[in-house]
Amino acid sequence: MATAAMSEIEQVQDLTALVDGLRVLFEDPEFKVVSEIKRLTGKPIIGNFPVYSPVELFHAAGAHPVGLVGAGNQIEIAHADSRFQSFVCSVIKSTLELGLTDRLQDFEGIVFHSICDPARNLASVFKRNFPDKWVEYIHFPQNLVTESSVDYLENEYRRLLDRLQELTGKTVTNADVNNSIALYNTARSLMGTLYAFRRDHPHILTTRELYSLVRAGHILTVEEHIRLLEHALRLVRTKPGHERDHIRVILVGSFCEQPSLDLISAMEEAGLDILDDDFLLGRRWFTEDLPTDGNGVRTLASAYRDRSVISSVKHDSRRHKGDELVAQVKSSGADAVIVSVPKFCEPGLFDYAIYRRALLDAGIPHLFVEYEEKMWLFDKVQTEVETFVESLLLD
Amino acid sequence: MAEKIEYRGHLHDLQKDLMNDYFDQMTRSAQGEGSPAVYLLISGNPVELLRAFDLLPVYPEINALQTAVKKQALPFIQKAEELGYSTDNCAYVKADIGLFYSGNKAPMATVPPPGLLLTNYVGCNVYLHWWEHLAELTGAPIFDIDIPFLRSLDGEPSREDLQYVVRQLEELIPVLEKISGKKYDPDRLREVVQYSLETGEYWAKIKMMPQLKPAPYDAYFDAVTMMGPLYALRGTKEGRDYFRAAYEELQKRVALQEGPLPEEKYRLVIEGPPPWPYLRTFRDMFARWGAVFVASSYSTVGGLWEFGFRHDPSNPIESIAMHMLKWNLTNRNFLQRYAQLKSYVEDWNADGLVIHSVKSCRLFSAGQGDMREYFARELNVPTLLVESDLEDQRYFSPAQMRTRIDAFMESLEHHKLVGHQR
Ligand code: SF4
Ligand code: SF4
Repeated sequence: MATAAMSEIEQVQDLTALVDGLRVLFEDPEFKVVSEIKRLTGKPIIGNFPVYSPVELFHAAGAHPVGLVGAGNQIEIAHADSRFQSFVCSVIKSTLELGLTDRLQDFEGIVFHSICDPARNLASVFKRNFPDKWVEYIHFPQNLVTESSVDYLENEYRRLLDRLQELTGKTVTNADVNNSIALYNTARSLMGTLYAFRRDHPHILTTRELYSLVRAGHILTVEEHIRLLEHALRLVRTKPGHERDHIRVILVGSFCEQPSLDLISAMEEAGLDILDDDFLLGRRWFTEDLPTDGNGVRTLASAYRDRSVISSVKHDSRRHKGDELVAQVKSSGADAVIVSVPKFCEPGLFDYAIYRRALLDAGIPHLFVEYEEKMWLFDKVQTEVETFVESLLLD
Repeated sequence: MAEKIEYRGHLHDLQKDLMNDYFDQMTRSAQGEGSPAVYLLISGNPVELLRAFDLLPVYPEINALQTAVKKQALPFIQKAEELGYSTDNCAYVKADIGLFYSGNKAPMATVPPPGLLLTNYVGCNVYLHWWEHLAELTGAPIFDIDIPFLRSLDGEPSREDLQYVVRQLEELIPVLEKISGKKYDPDRLREVVQYSLETGEYWAKIKMMPQLKPAPYDAYFDAVTMMGPLYALRGTKEGRDYFRAAYEELQKRVALQEGPLPEEKYRLVIEGPPPWPYLRTFRDMFARWGAVFVASSYSTVGGLWEFGFRHDPSNPIESIAMHMLKWNLTNRNFLQRYAQLKSYVEDWNADGLVIHSVKSCRLFSAGQGDMREYFARELNVPTLLVESDLEDQRYFSPAQMRTRIDAFMESLEHHKLVGHQR
């Protein structure tokens, strides 16, 4: 199958134009491409709230997992703010608003994860307000020291699979799961290649472009996403670019609620070459390819424990977030760190205090910025970044 | 309307003595005498295991709230904010971090350094962050107990969830042996769990008493008094004796048909933690209307005894695991909380619901607007939602709060007059 959007995109031979064309995929609160995929494939649509979701299982069960990360600055919040207070982050409210304004009609279900207290309560609020939807909640293990956390998560995934099979009517075999793992391995590895390219050539592949390519995977089927990434990789290799007088940074804190694409551009244009970031972290959760010849469900469970990235929403007392950030700065040759956290994001804000201590100790400059997905005006953030960049360039 | 009412009974004075004793033990531990301290969290905790090794449980949440009650939390909060903690982070954590950076001298005790940081992750995600920060700052070893959230359709933990928790508790035992220098003694654990069982019996009976009219005590403002010993002393003889004494005292009140106010005019249910720095002020705002809280969700963060939970000395570890998994408010999903509050309104015969929405604690507050919708629109229960904070006094505005409460009480009065009684 091929969506109209993808057929068009594959004709485009210029990366910048291609990336501009991707906006319609993920800046559309009506989810038109999702409807089209549903029509073409007949698959039930499941919305996956951030951060990480075991998309392989949804895919193997014959559903189409769609990354559902709020509505950016595309809609007004008119109803959800009476359900969630002013001190709750925006992505919670905009996701609920999508439901309350009937924009999630094509979604059979939605899944939330144990990332923070608001997201957990949102799962219940969805259940109550949309009693006909399939709503799930995955509790990821938060004690990764014990071996038994892998057993636990395997059971959790089996419970999820049981419920998914009820929804899709498909009996899932181990081969199905391994096949899905292989596909997502390919997508992850292509994204990894693009990330490595951007680290070495941030002036050729901009973060705005890279972000759009990854974000498209929230909407497209994994098969189409792989084609998109391969196409983009061919184009990027011949794309011209000019070195810029920018500082090189690692950006952290933006793993869940997403800044708008224009805000990302504004930050880049204010003088940042972003060498690495944690946007849409859940799509790049594993640090290596997962084996495709074992017990697939167990593979996913044990990879969560032992082959995944460090994250503000995954508690792993074997690792230290501050030390890993400092090591990342050193190994990438970055000049500084941008800690960019959504307003009211408790996990991100807590980790800032850890990053801050570690960065101060290591003598690495950093800038802390807060954003909201719904922002339209970026002057403040832009000025903060410009001032920071200037101060470093003067040094 | 009376503005100031004296609410104290013997159980308050007894509580004060016991808690002072407990704080003295903390100070002694800080001076290197007595038992090593283990930090743990209030919600559905396995304090019985610590008691079985004669370890001293230290609750940074209690330290934070005691500091707030004495209106001394703000400088600690501000200290943490200077160090990069956000105005939007839970202020319990900030007060505690600020306390750490100020030499651990709290108003009621010197807080001993942790011999172990035990993260009983029961519902609140902030717990994980908090203990991660403490581990970094204190250098103490950390042991996480992951409690799977109640997420299945029937709201029950699965067999596998239970096994997972039991296995972690079993892995904790050698860690506690090492810290305490004592061998694990199953008989001693059974004895401790027996005390918890009896404590739970009395507490459950106490929690049912406000179903009577008048309620013999306020199930929010007086319940928080009893919650101190419920955590600090559960699993000890002193703790059990306290609850027996409290029960007997309250039973006498029941016999005399005495309540905490001269007259019980309104019976309310309350959701959410209290505004500690303004506890008394907040109480007076309701008392002047003759309003008594007959049930509160906050008093079940540590356990849901009134709904049937009991520790089981014949199966101690599994019963501790079930306490953590199923029998406390914080590990239950939001809709289970709606059901609990609904049962309070109906079975405790209440006239209305007050939702105290606190900024710090999103575990409680995130989505309480939906809860209001459910109670006010679907169940037709008079419902008031007010916002402040549990720790940070800057978020409590007395004048505004009083206006909102007065307006609600007036409408409730009207409601009663025109006979819209539930
Ligand atoms: S942005 Fe932060 S607070 Fe909001 S849902 Fe995501 S993790 Fe939770
Ligand atoms: S968020 Fe709530 S439950 Fe969690 S530590 Fe803060 S006050 Fe306690």
